[in-house]
Amino acid sequence: MTSTLTPARSSAAPPHRRTRSVRWRGPVVAWLFLAPALVLFLYFKFIPMFVGLWKSLFKVQTFLGDEWVGLQNYQTIISDDEFASAIWHSVVLALGTTVGSIVLGLGLALLIEGPARYLWFVRTAAFLPVVTTMAAVAEVWRIMFHPADSGMLNIIIGWAGIGPQPWLASEDSSLWSIMIMSIWRGTPYDMMIFLAGLVGVNRTLYEAAAVDGATTWRRLRHITLPALRPVFWILFTLAAIRGLRVFVEVYVLTNGGPNGSSEVLMTLIYKLGFQKNELGVASAGGIVLFAATLALTVVVQMLRRRQTT
Amino acid sequence: MRFDSALGLESRKGPLAIAGKTLIYGLMVVVFTGPLVALLMSSFSKTLDPTSFSLWPDEFTLDNFVQAGEKNVYLYLLNSFVVVGFGLLLQMLVSVFAAYALARKRFRGMTFVMLLMLATMMLPEEIIAIPLSLVLADMPLLNLNLIGTYAGMILPVGAWGFSILVMTEFMKEVPVELEEAARIDGAGELRIFATIIVPLCRPALGVIGVFGFTMIWDQYLLPLIVAPASDMWTLPIALRSLRSDEEVGIGVLLAASLLALLPSIIAFLAFQRQFMRGLTSGAVKG
Repeated sequence: MTSTLTPARSSAAPPHRRTRSVRWRGPVVAWLFLAPALVLFLYFKFIPMFVGLWKSLFKVQTFLGDEWVGLQNYQTIISDDEFASAIWHSVVLALGTTVGSIVLGLGLALLIEGPARYLWFVRTAAFLPVVTTMAAVAEVWRIMFHPADSGMLNIIIGWAGIGPQPWLASEDSSLWSIMIMSIWRGTPYDMMIFLAGLVGVNRTLYEAAAVDGATTWRRLRHITLPALRPVFWILFTLAAIRGLRVFVEVYVLTNGGPNGSSEVLMTLIYKLGFQKNELGVASAGGIVLFAATLALTVVVQMLRRRQTT
Repeated sequence: MRFDSALGLESRKGPLAIAGKTLIYGLMVVVFTGPLVALLMSSFSKTLDPTSFSLWPDEFTLDNFVQAGEKNVYLYLLNSFVVVGFGLLLQMLVSVFAAYALARKRFRGMTFVMLLMLATMMLPEEIIAIPLSLVLADMPLLNLNLIGTYAGMILPVGAWGFSILVMTEFMKEVPVELEEAARIDGAGELRIFATIIVPLCRPALGVIGVFGFTMIWDQYLLPLIVAPASDMWTLPIALRSLRSDEEVGIGVLLAASLLALLPSIIAFLAFQRQFMRGLTSGAVKG
């Protein structure tokens, strides 16, 4: 990792003589150019992070002043059923979305690989969900999920002879419905990354396999998939970072309902923080989410190391 | 036999293969664009029962967009454009400046700064939403309250690790000789930066521009915590209220959703090459 961080220029820079003034001017100029970014990061990333950590140890009260409670907020989270089920929902949603998007994305990438012009059109069209505004797309899906017979998705599954489903309106299917929309939006992204990876597969290996009389399946299994291994890890890492923090999808589609059946960590934290004014517990929730994200990222990276060595 | 792809589908030319491919590709386009097309068509349709979409416009009308005006949708749209306009300008400036230091200078602490940038990318902004609202309400040392101001929605998106890293990677490619030559000619630091490095990085500006645009346009939690009063809402967070308002039919919600979707779709279609480039470089390197 550190090797990628050292600039390529350091080795290429010609060893020319520097006067004394230049020697101190260089770093000062560098820090001046970096200053705007560092100040903004400090104020809107790092200070909030520490404030969150600090406030998670307090019972935060607007007018009475904060009261030190130690780890009690964390205890509340661990023992609270609402939090337990929200964490569970987050994990299920993140895992389902990740696996669904990767499997579908790989399948579609294999199907539309190639240089033809019409494939470029299919790719562009299929990619649109990725760039759309989440809130607006979620409103569209909310309407499509309408539970009555006249709902768009119910009409479509009706063609296949399946009866109308309650989708978001039922405790049994709300989380799965959200997952369907997330996969719809996540698949084209994964597909594009896979396509970029497929470009790098060595073509001569395909020819060699054909000479050996290998079937398409064996070619896929022994050449294509191993070559895509780094791509899988990239997508898993990204999913680990993004997966647990879903908010907008759930907030717009169900706001956690019905009856808490699709409540995820972020919607719960949001409600605690901004509606119930439990800022201390909400901050602790944020820290727990951060720790979980970090742990997941580390685990994925460790698995990756193990795979490659 | 040619091997342009793993499955070799393209080289199959039989009538059955062509029919199969048409079906698969057609289905893909329908599945991924269908909801968006349905939105486009329905927002221009007259009879809108609140449950269903139509894939074909039903009695073409602009009524929904006229009514949207009465519900302040264009004010929300304007707010969105103000935030994205100033936010993107700030974000691109900050990224270009920071990248210049990281790509063209050597100084003590650079590795640490790089690690900080990566750390901000690993830290999802949702996680710090609650404490961020506290910080915005009372900025440390400055004693400013940014809640309820445009600055509160703009400044937090000003620095974005992804933009800075993409820009840094690109700036490293600019040959050192150009810079040295200008320096020998007596050009100052700012002059080298503005007349040599930045113009040569124009393709990368397109990449961070289009990514920054979609990123800021898609912001939800930030405006939600910064703009308590409806006159400062951006379009994405206003959608919810258009839905729950009883007297508003579904038409206004659809018109507003379309207006919220179009800018990022247009930005993507216009800057497609840059977008794909950033997508792969960001994913592979980041």
